Amino acid sequence: MTNDPQNFDGRRWHDMGGNAAGPIPTDQHDFSLWEKRVDALMVISSSKGHFTVDGLRRVLEDMGPEAFETMSYYERWIASVNQNLIEAGVYSTAELAARMTEVAARGPTYGEASDG
Amino acid sequence: MPHDHHDHLSPSGHPYRADDDHPLTYWQQMEIAIRELLIEKGVTTAAEINAQIDAMDSRNPSHGAAVVARAWTDPAFHEALMTAASAASREMGFDIGPMRLIAVENTVDVHNVVVCTLCSCYPRNLLGLPPDWYKSRAYRSRTVKEPRKVLAEFGVTLPETTTVRVHDSTADMRYIVIPTRPSGTDGWTADALADLVTRDSMIGTGVAKSPKAA
Amino acid sequence: MAERQFMRVRPDMPPGHVRTPSYLRGKTGWVERTLGPFPNPEQLAYGNPADALPLMRVRFTMAEVWGADAPHPQDTVDAEIYAHWLELAEPPHAT
Repeated sequence: MTNDPQNFDGRRWHDMGGNAAGPIPTDQHDFSLWEKRVDALMVISSSKGHFTVDGLRRVLEDMGPEAFETMSYYERWIASVNQNLIEAGVYSTAELAARMTEVAARGPTYGEASDG
Repeated sequence: MPHDHHDHLSPSGHPYRADDDHPLTYWQQMEIAIRELLIEKGVTTAAEINAQIDAMDSRNPSHGAAVVARAWTDPAFHEALMTAASAASREMGFDIGPMRLIAVENTVDVHNVVVCTLCSCYPRNLLGLPPDWYKSRAYRSRTVKEPRKVLAEFGVTLPETTTVRVHDSTADMRYIVIPTRPSGTDGWTADALADLVTRDSMIGTGVAKSPKAA
Repeated sequence: MAERQFMRVRPDMPPGHVRTPSYLRGKTGWVERTLGPFPNPEQLAYGNPADALPLMRVRFTMAEVWGADAPHPQDTVDAEIYAHWLELAEPPHAT
């Protein structure tokens, strides 16, 4: 695979099988409540037919390799869930924008911002 | 939202990451906003979200271990598991939802290992959420090309006479490895055998514990 | 398509959401079992109606995928490949 667009061979960044890589990382963390909520929102909204796991994956892939390296697993998931819900018309960007601003105004921590 | 009963210890016994004390991130802000919008628009309810969190929390490797132990001790169930693993798991009482499962069996001749090179597909509805290493670039890249080196990093070495079969979980099926039953366990109950079955042995990056080590 | 058929994975390199890993494209292997039909993820990913396709588990040797000098050439990789990516191929002759 090459990063040179002129010589791109069609192989996408997420298609990792066979790439050279280092040792298997051993660190492990428990998921926080907000991450478990992201997981739940994905399962629920896809099971209700608003999008599919294929759409979730497609958006994750289209985020590109930098997102994989710099964002956590569930940060990428909530970004993808959002993209899929916007495309499905479940809510609008304007609605989301207003609500995100309101959430942030409640307080500087997750705990305070969750108390809506 | 009303006070959430999840605000204490995670099922592993570790505290949740202390999000409540850390500055709100952009993505957390987004999660809260989306959750509230979905509730207000009637897509879901707070109770349904909490129930789904509880359901995922309750799924853990002991469910898979029970399936493996029953396969070791019940020949009819073993046959059912190898033929139609989803139905067999449900028949044991596990709510695996719509997951389609294939059981692949280790023998003296064959060792199976599972990976998802394209993302992180995993039999989560039976085993719970996958470990972080399963989703890593290194595991996804190397396992289909040099599985024995990857297994060696996990402490598993196999003789040349054993064939390694890697399963790349590319589509609709999910995989559970049935590890080899440890020797020295004749007459053991399924419950006792289940304690020997580790999560990694059901992915293929480990083997079941021997009676002396348990 | 039936089990035990010898198949080649098409060597196509399309953009977008595809579930055929590129390390298997152009490679040959045996159908281990047939599954499905399942809706085409390439269509579902974009919210489009999806054709129902057979899904084949295909078994490839490490020698086939990585070359004859692979360290364990008779180890295998199994992957689920949707039928539209597979073409019948001539099995290798026994020598």
